[in-house]
Amino acid sequence: MSRGRVWFEALAGAIPDGEPASVLCADGTVRGGSARFLAVVPDPEATFPRARNGELGLEEGWALARRVRQAVAEDDGEQRALVAVVDVPGQPYGYREELLGVHLALAAAVDAYATARLAGHPVVALVVGQAISGAFLAHGMQADRILALYDSGVAVQVMSKRSTARVTRRSVEELDEIAKEVPATAYDIASFARLGALHRLIDGIDAAEPDAEDVEMVRDALAEAIYSARHDGSTDLSGRFASPEARQHRDASLQVRKRLAEEWSR
Amino acid sequence: METLTFDYPASRPVPGRAHVGVVGSSDLEVLLEPSPDDRAHVRVRTSAEGFGEVWEAVLDRFFARNDLAATVEINDSGATPGTVALRLAQAVEESWW
Amino acid sequence: MVTALARTGTRFTELSARERASALLDLGTFRELIGPFERLESPHLQPQGVVPACDDGVVVARGDLDGQEAVVLAVEGLFQGGGIGEVSGAKMAGALELTLRDAERGRIVRPVLLLETGGIRLQEANLGLLSVAEIHAAMVALRSHVPVVGVVAGMVGCFGGMAIAAGLCSYVVMTREGRLGLNGPQVIEQEAGVAELDSEDRPLVWETIGGQQRAATGMADALVEDDVTAIAGAVRSAFDAGPPAEHRSAQVERYEARLAQIDTLDQLDGPALRALWRDDGGGR
Repeated sequence: MSRGRVWFEALAGAIPDGEPASVLCADGTVRGGSARFLAVVPDPEATFPRARNGELGLEEGWALARRVRQAVAEDDGEQRALVAVVDVPGQPYGYREELLGVHLALAAAVDAYATARLAGHPVVALVVGQAISGAFLAHGMQADRILALYDSGVAVQVMSKRSTARVTRRSVEELDEIAKEVPATAYDIASFARLGALHRLIDGIDAAEPDAEDVEMVRDALAEAIYSARHDGSTDLSGRFASPEARQHRDASLQVRKRLAEEWSR
Repeated sequence: METLTFDYPASRPVPGRAHVGVVGSSDLEVLLEPSPDDRAHVRVRTSAEGFGEVWEAVLDRFFARNDLAATVEINDSGATPGTVALRLAQAVEESWW
Repeated sequence: MVTALARTGTRFTELSARERASALLDLGTFRELIGPFERLESPHLQPQGVVPACDDGVVVARGDLDGQEAVVLAVEGLFQGGGIGEVSGAKMAGALELTLRDAERGRIVRPVLLLETGGIRLQEANLGLLSVAEIHAAMVALRSHVPVVGVVAGMVGCFGGMAIAAGLCSYVVMTREGRLGLNGPQVIEQEAGVAELDSEDRPLVWETIGGQQRAATGMADALVEDDVTAIAGAVRSAFDAGPPAEHRSAQVERYEARLAQIDTLDQLDGPALRALWRDDGGGR
């Protein structure tokens, strides 16, 4: 069973409903507050053969958009939290995918999550496994808060090491050396945390087979993240620059913004 | 990647500054600005290693013909000597505008 | 300084990013922010033996479009395949965030993205990923104030996380030469095999993700000649049209219905899709 499904079932406490089978969606609670949980999981019977191993493809992108927009449309008053449980190996490599506009399907998910966040819904991403490239951009990266489990099976990256080696014409060993100089290219979640965009790295959890205590710990972390997102007076992503890690390891990003602001008006 | 530096005596200040070219596909970019002293200072960063003598020859010839007290930065992605000479000439011309 | 160019009869794709930005804006209004002489380059490339560019491959240019304030974000496709890294991504995201700030204060600046990009720069990986997410966030917020117009002209095309950005645009202008897709054809062939997609089969590639195909199937709004005047005109027309009734990336019902039609087809290719998706009402 995929980690995405394991954690979805543990946290949502409700049976997922709807289509397609690769997108799990259920309404539950986090410490008394209503929350819609969403995950993308493998479906060996999925319509599109290149997207049967948990990839975020055509059906998944539009379905995530539909479920998120539905929550936004329904909530009048207290906007429920949206919890993206993230374990996605990437986007599908397929002819049909490209022909049918998979780039747009992923854009639909990005749009929906961003729209929900701007409308005041706390959006929290919980990375429990892989968070790769376009799939993570579509399901997780528009969150107010990103949480991750501290585990060797948890990774945020842009492309598999094997593929990156091929495309950049380097050996995997060379890439590992480079990762020491440029932590942004490293695969372990601690390196990602150093970039300052992670709200919490949750340690001491069995990410693959959590017990009841593990689940409660994560539930507490979700509750704190939701509360923080709801009450910080901001619906944008500027919070990612607030941490000391960001000020150190994304210094160039801040410098650019400062210079742009200085030069913006003549 | 290799970084090379060159220095030449120069007396004429360069009139302005210039930026030409693109770092990519056998091309290079050249940034040219007035030098703070009576010398031309050149820094070359190049993706192709081991061509120090070729760079020296091209730049020697360029500064022999062009008395310019300029700071020159070159970011090179495998351009031929001919392309390098062309971009340098374009940069000089642009510095007049 | 960018030399004045003949505006008619000039192929847009022959121009550098800087020249494209200048050519699009009203004559004489081009003003670059964080220009080459500020040397705000990537700090991550030299340590791994890659030659940096003084502008990190993105040009931020303010100016006017038909007298209205505008900002053009032009990606240089020849530098590292137009890959978006920390600095180049921050230039785009930062400029969009400032455009948003102005819009919220009632001052409209028209944003144009010239997308010549393979997506996230692999050499900067997660820094590129974070900056692309920030680009997406700013675009969605900005779209409620002013249309965001994207141009995919070629020759590099628009892929990866920036193809997602194209999907978020209010309007997408393409040329026949342009390609818009999530994964590049070579990567698909590498990962899924040549039977899935033969990346060397140029007609097949363009029939799948090229400008003409995208326009014919409703995933691009305008198909124009690879010509400075034509593209400049199409960009202005897009702003003149005002915000779309519904953004393409919000048309969930329409696209789920479109995809549902696909189950029944045995043979699916470019022409078949054009026939199927041509007259389905709805959308723009």
